[in-house]
Amino acid sequence: MKILVCISHVPDTTSKINFTEGDTKFDTNGVQFVINPNDEFGLTRAMWFKEKQGANVTVINVGGADTEPTLRKALAIGADAAIRVNTVPADGFSVAKQLATVIKDGAYDLVIAGRESIDYNGGMVPGMIAGLVGANFVNNCIGLEVEGTNAKVIREIDGGKETVSTNLPLVIGGQKGLVEETDLRIPNMRGIMMARKKPLTVVEPSSISGETSSMSFEKPAPKGAVTLVSADNLDELVSLLHNEAKVI
Amino acid sequence: MEKDILRGGQFLVKEIECEDIFTPEDFNEDQLMMKEAVTEFIDREVWAKKAQFEKKDYALTESCMRQAGDLGFLSIAVPEEYGGMGMGFVDTVLVCDYISGATGSFSTAFGAHTGIGTMPITLYGNEEQKKKYVPKLASGEWFGSYCLTEPSAGSDANSGKTKAVLSEDGKTYKITGQKMWISNAGFCNLMIVFARIEDDKNITGFIVEYNPDAPNGITMGEEEHKLGIRASSTRQVFFNDTVVPVENMLSTRGNGFKIAMNALNVGRIKLAAACLDAQRRVISESVNYANERIQFKTPISSFGAIRQKIAEMATNCWVGEAATYRASKNIEDRIELRKNNGKDSHQEAELKGVEEYAIECSILKVAVSEFIQKCSDEGIQIYGGMGFSEETPIESAWRDARIARIYEGTNEINRMLSIGMLIKKAMKGHVDVLTPAMAVKDELVGIPSFEVPDYSELFSEEKNIIKNLKKLFLMVAGAALQKYGEKIEQQQQLMLAASDILIQIYLAESAILRAEKMAKKDGEDSAKEQIAMAKLNLFHAIDVIETAGKHSIISFSTGDEQRMMLMGLKRYIKYVNMPNIIELRHIIAEKVIKENKYCF
Repeated sequence: MKILVCISHVPDTTSKINFTEGDTKFDTNGVQFVINPNDEFGLTRAMWFKEKQGANVTVINVGGADTEPTLRKALAIGADAAIRVNTVPADGFSVAKQLATVIKDGAYDLVIAGRESIDYNGGMVPGMIAGLVGANFVNNCIGLEVEGTNAKVIREIDGGKETVSTNLPLVIGGQKGLVEETDLRIPNMRGIMMARKKPLTVVEPSSISGETSSMSFEKPAPKGAVTLVSADNLDELVSLLHNEAKVI
Repeated sequence: MEKDILRGGQFLVKEIECEDIFTPEDFNEDQLMMKEAVTEFIDREVWAKKAQFEKKDYALTESCMRQAGDLGFLSIAVPEEYGGMGMGFVDTVLVCDYISGATGSFSTAFGAHTGIGTMPITLYGNEEQKKKYVPKLASGEWFGSYCLTEPSAGSDANSGKTKAVLSEDGKTYKITGQKMWISNAGFCNLMIVFARIEDDKNITGFIVEYNPDAPNGITMGEEEHKLGIRASSTRQVFFNDTVVPVENMLSTRGNGFKIAMNALNVGRIKLAAACLDAQRRVISESVNYANERIQFKTPISSFGAIRQKIAEMATNCWVGEAATYRASKNIEDRIELRKNNGKDSHQEAELKGVEEYAIECSILKVAVSEFIQKCSDEGIQIYGGMGFSEETPIESAWRDARIARIYEGTNEINRMLSIGMLIKKAMKGHVDVLTPAMAVKDELVGIPSFEVPDYSELFSEEKNIIKNLKKLFLMVAGAALQKYGEKIEQQQQLMLAASDILIQIYLAESAILRAEKMAKKDGEDSAKEQIAMAKLNLFHAIDVIETAGKHSIISFSTGDEQRMMLMGLKRYIKYVNMPNIIELRHIIAEKVIKENKYCF
């Protein structure tokens, strides 16, 4: 089984978010980048397929050379090969089209993408890839098993789970549940040493432009001050909620 | 090529360019990935369970060590042919640094196993011994401990009473004696034991296997109840006719003291590294607290009194990093050079590579262990009353820090060693201290230049001061040596003072070169906090040096000689443009407070 895991290079969840150029660009200064957590769950599941079912795992990212450490980390965790499509992503659609080109050429049986990246939260890429390459698609996956050409996928639905049966080739949008946080792997020293010896292929992008561009970003308003009201003073609480917060 | 790499101790008599030193900014992608992997492991498995370590959960220490083994962290320094990664010296220091910050309990277990528990075999073992034991230690299948200290043999390690008696058939030794403060004793499978054969002048090293189900005369004391590193297993170990095959003698008879001392050289620089990440964590926790703690309707991080502490803590940590990684790369280069010259085996290259920088190893051990002590103390002060509570991570950091000034040779022993070793190197002609010392003497009797040099270039004045501080050291040490000759070693207070000067010079120079390297690469504005830290540190270094210099000079000189040297002291510590250190502290603190963590 040939698996491709799509890896987004995203700011660490503890990063301080700022914008530059008149609030139109994300300020990457001093930001630490990591594997998108939803993708990391997928990569860890892919490692399971590699170890238990002999799958071959390639990881891919659309991005500049600065994203290579993130791909190398995926190689250190255990992926067999990496591909970087050498262009700075414009929007979800352009990323999906770039990925689709590689996927069509590579004849992958299973494409695992995170259901969304934690930076721009578009949540479009996996569905679009499936549409562009004509593969089956299941989103919000919290469980995945493959037997032959059949896949059993568990997906999260509002308040419960749905188990779906489908066939390869398949694209999934994965999330926590594919594996748990405690299953996530820390690259071991041998993995780090081996990562440099594994292939990281840089492919030039197809000529695809984005269909959208960011006009501006806005941060949520800072949290207001907290007013503590004594539990005995319900009148004051009601008055504050009515007159200041204007919620009742 | 050999002369291109600075020799140990030579920093004192040479001018060094910033391009010649390695800094943490020079970590390559693999090293950054290692740092990230180790940090992830520590955050997840050790830092998250910090409270359990404080409750003396020895089993947790052992299980974390096994996990570290699975991730390959125990095998970094072990050559590939014995199941290790065979990584460079900088890599091993880096792993030791980032693995050690969360709790002294784990840090000590890691250090005792990978350093003094494993290294004596990789460095001094014969082929059979290495093949038999090292792969097990590298993988974490077995754990090692190091049995040197005895009730009556601490700093005077060679005075141990433990005996090794050869059997009549000449096939085994019987070891009998008592060892104490043995780290990892509670879960070790192998011990490096030092014992005396007959009335030998020097002790001998042995590899002793330990299986609790077949104890072979070995009994363990109860776990010691300690001020800090509470979940580090520390016990007494009693040997009663413990039978050890003769082939388990490490190196040759009587070579144990040398093994013990050389194992400690490596241990010292690693201990310095092990005190770095603890500082980063204490600083990050403290600044986070200071940003959240509101008093007088203001976060306390906006008060100058707190900002001063944050700036000083960050500066010490950053300076410690600069000096530790600088020396680490020198050692790595020296090892490589020795390996490539074809004369040395891997083993010899490692040994001699580290031994070459024994002075720097001692300097670092002293300086950085004192930095973590100060850092955690000020951390508590920032937390105020809360810092005194066991609920905060600062309280245990403070207790854990205390041992660093004691083990791997007390800081007093290491201070004296640094000077003692420098004298030995000078005697052997490895570092020519006498010629520059004479030149300084001539300079002192001459008329000083009253010309004000052009100090417009970054660090030009600071670098000139460093040059002068080196002269100052040579002046003091040269005169003291002339007065006492070899008996100078009996003048312990003088040795301690001289060592303080030496330590400050090495650290201040490393910091200036690190900041200069950054400024050259990224521009002075990008490196403004680093420049401020280098300048602030030098200012403090001069204060320490002035006091130590004065104490030294007045202890052994009188009359004109004393007056001349005191004038020299004044001349060599002189600033033309004294920095405004309050302003420097604000620059540094501002950044740390904004980032809400140690961020350099």
